[in-house]
Amino acid sequence: MTEQTYAPGTYPDLPPPSDTVGPVHWLKANLFSSPVNSIVTLVAIYLLYLALPSAFNWLLIDATYVGETRKDCAPGGACMAFIGERFNLFVYGFYPAELRWRVNLAAILLVVAGAAVLWDKMPARKHIMKFAMIYPLIGAWLLSGGLFGLEYVGTHLFGGLMLTLTIGVTGIVFSLPLGILLALGRQSKLPIIKYFCIGFIEFIRGVPLITLLFVASTMLSYFLPPGTTFDLLLRVLIMVTLFASAYMAEVIRGGLQALPKGQLEAANSLGLNYSQAMRLIILPQALKISIPGIVNTFIGLYKDSTLVIVIGLLDPLGIGRASVADSAWLGLSTEVYLFVAVFFFISCFGMARYSLYLENKLNTGHKR
Amino acid sequence: MSTPTPSTNPLLRAWYDKETRSIIVQIIAAALILSFFAYIINNAVVNLAAIGKDISFNFLWQNASYDINQHLIEYSSTSNHFTAMIVGLINTLLVAAAGIVLATMLGFMLGVMRLSNNWLTQKIAYVYIEYVRNVPVLLHILLLHGLIINALPRPKGSYNFGDTFFLNNRGFQMPSPEFQSLFWIVGAFVVAGIAFAWWFSRHAQKVQDETGKAYPVAMINIAAIVLLPFAVYFVLGSPIEWDVPALKGFNFKGGIVVRPEFIALWLALSFYTAAFIGEIVRAGIVAINHGQTEAAQALGISNSRTLKLVVIPQALRVIIPPLTSQYLNLAKNSSLALAIGYMDIVATIGGISLNQTGREMECMLIVMAIYLAISLLISTVMNWYNNRIQLVER
Repeated sequence: MTEQTYAPGTYPDLPPPSDTVGPVHWLKANLFSSPVNSIVTLVAIYLLYLALPSAFNWLLIDATYVGETRKDCAPGGACMAFIGERFNLFVYGFYPAELRWRVNLAAILLVVAGAAVLWDKMPARKHIMKFAMIYPLIGAWLLSGGLFGLEYVGTHLFGGLMLTLTIGVTGIVFSLPLGILLALGRQSKLPIIKYFCIGFIEFIRGVPLITLLFVASTMLSYFLPPGTTFDLLLRVLIMVTLFASAYMAEVIRGGLQALPKGQLEAANSLGLNYSQAMRLIILPQALKISIPGIVNTFIGLYKDSTLVIVIGLLDPLGIGRASVADSAWLGLSTEVYLFVAVFFFISCFGMARYSLYLENKLNTGHKR
Repeated sequence: MSTPTPSTNPLLRAWYDKETRSIIVQIIAAALILSFFAYIINNAVVNLAAIGKDISFNFLWQNASYDINQHLIEYSSTSNHFTAMIVGLINTLLVAAAGIVLATMLGFMLGVMRLSNNWLTQKIAYVYIEYVRNVPVLLHILLLHGLIINALPRPKGSYNFGDTFFLNNRGFQMPSPEFQSLFWIVGAFVVAGIAFAWWFSRHAQKVQDETGKAYPVAMINIAAIVLLPFAVYFVLGSPIEWDVPALKGFNFKGGIVVRPEFIALWLALSFYTAAFIGEIVRAGIVAINHGQTEAAQALGISNSRTLKLVVIPQALRVIIPPLTSQYLNLAKNSSLALAIGYMDIVATIGGISLNQTGREMECMLIVMAIYLAISLLISTVMNWYNNRIQLVER
């Protein structure tokens, strides 16, 4: 073999050996790397072959998407016709049809406010942030009205997607600050405050949300001054917020405990008082560490908002359950619930992806 | 920079003293908390007096007069509310325990699948986990319940497994055992087998620590607990009569039926929690430094023993704490039974009994106390296990 010499940097790139590239190699490396692996692959392909084509046929080929009643649907396929029939119900619940523009407007404003909070490169973000701060009030006013010339709409008419969003957004907005306070309280050196916070958090985490909702719907009026009561949805919102804030507190406590003690000591030695140290040094770092947990709590809260159907509120799942019982669309539970599942999947999966993006963005290189 | 002058106002000086300030803040907090509770309790007393109610648990001994379709202990509509509560509690514990077992098995399987070097299994596990955990558990429960009720055949067209097990939209029918008089001998052998296995594991460990000689512990223990009692069972001439379900008219008679509500709730809770456990297991295994595996391989330890002796014991330390909270979630989520009519503790004492007697306060107190007790029990057991497997640092 003749030795050929090349000047530095001019050595020609040779193509990789032919058995390490291409689809055949990929199959070999990822699916058939060993006898056991090959068997597993074949079994998996067989199971997918059993499940996928029939599901595909049921959902798309044999399915009926337009129709008036159950009878219009082809047998053996999914009967998705009810979705078109009941779409407005799934979105607005029983909100009066002529006032639905208010829900739409609230939703558009929610997107604007949400974008300002979530997207840090948004144009004019500073001003829109101020708007986002007061959005909960504006949203509540738009939806229920009763002030400044808007007609009052009772919360018993709330339903469907807008109810889920109302509960989810309220819970998310209020449970984070409350959770931070509870987490700080739990870490406090003042025993009374500390044990009150521990008691509250552990009680809430020890009982199912469903029991708290029952308390809100049946018993809360006992604890109010005689003769007073307030709106059921408001009671539910308070309970859901308290519930989520206890879980939030534990997530944030994890972040606080992960910080080295030196951070607080350094802050104190610079002469910062408690609230300055927390605001400027401790919380920004602790909250950053706890982002995955916080978003998971949000997702949990959003999913838990479906539990309101046990006390008679009609979120999309409740509407779906009522549709299943409707004699015109009897026996369609699978279709109804799959439709609702798609809706929840999209929103929760989106939140999880955003959390990943945020984690990467805020990762300022402390990770080794 | 000017030196701050000490304030002459004694109140302000007290406020700037750390000790005094913490006492003042605590007194104020205590006063606020106590007055809040005093206020709502006072309201409750006034409200209850106004409608002539009192707080009393005597209603527990009244006739419940409603049926519970799944009862593992003696119960009829003439039993009292207390018995109904116990039946509900047993149903809750049953579905929670069965769910924890199935969810753990599925979850570990999913976690391993996620780390498999087989692309297809990895992706199947990924898609499953992402779908299941991004959809509310209540929806899973209703969906599965609907599938069982609507998609499974009626009793006449049941799926038949060897004429002994039947699956249809009324549930899963299986034979029920009727123990004959000699069966206690088999039971005694099982108990003796467990006692032997306990002693033998300790003895084998001691021998291995002293001499390095390893017994096939698992094989011998399985033989003692399972095989020997089976042999005895057949020697005694099979002292169990099986009551096999059979189709009579429109429904099955005989045997045990696992009701659709139980199946739906159990499977939905397990599938849902398994997705979370799968991610926990994956994170736990990934957290173990690869150097540990390489060191084990360098010592010539086989792959399966590396997994068993090196990776899993260390991964468990990372896995157990979040696993505990998943178990707690599963137990609490079992309260969603209400939505499909499975008669758990919320549906019995917190549902029908509450509506019949109108004693909201007492019933909800009982339900909450029971859930708190279950949560406490699970976390105590898991904390004990966690302490046992923690790294002992010298």
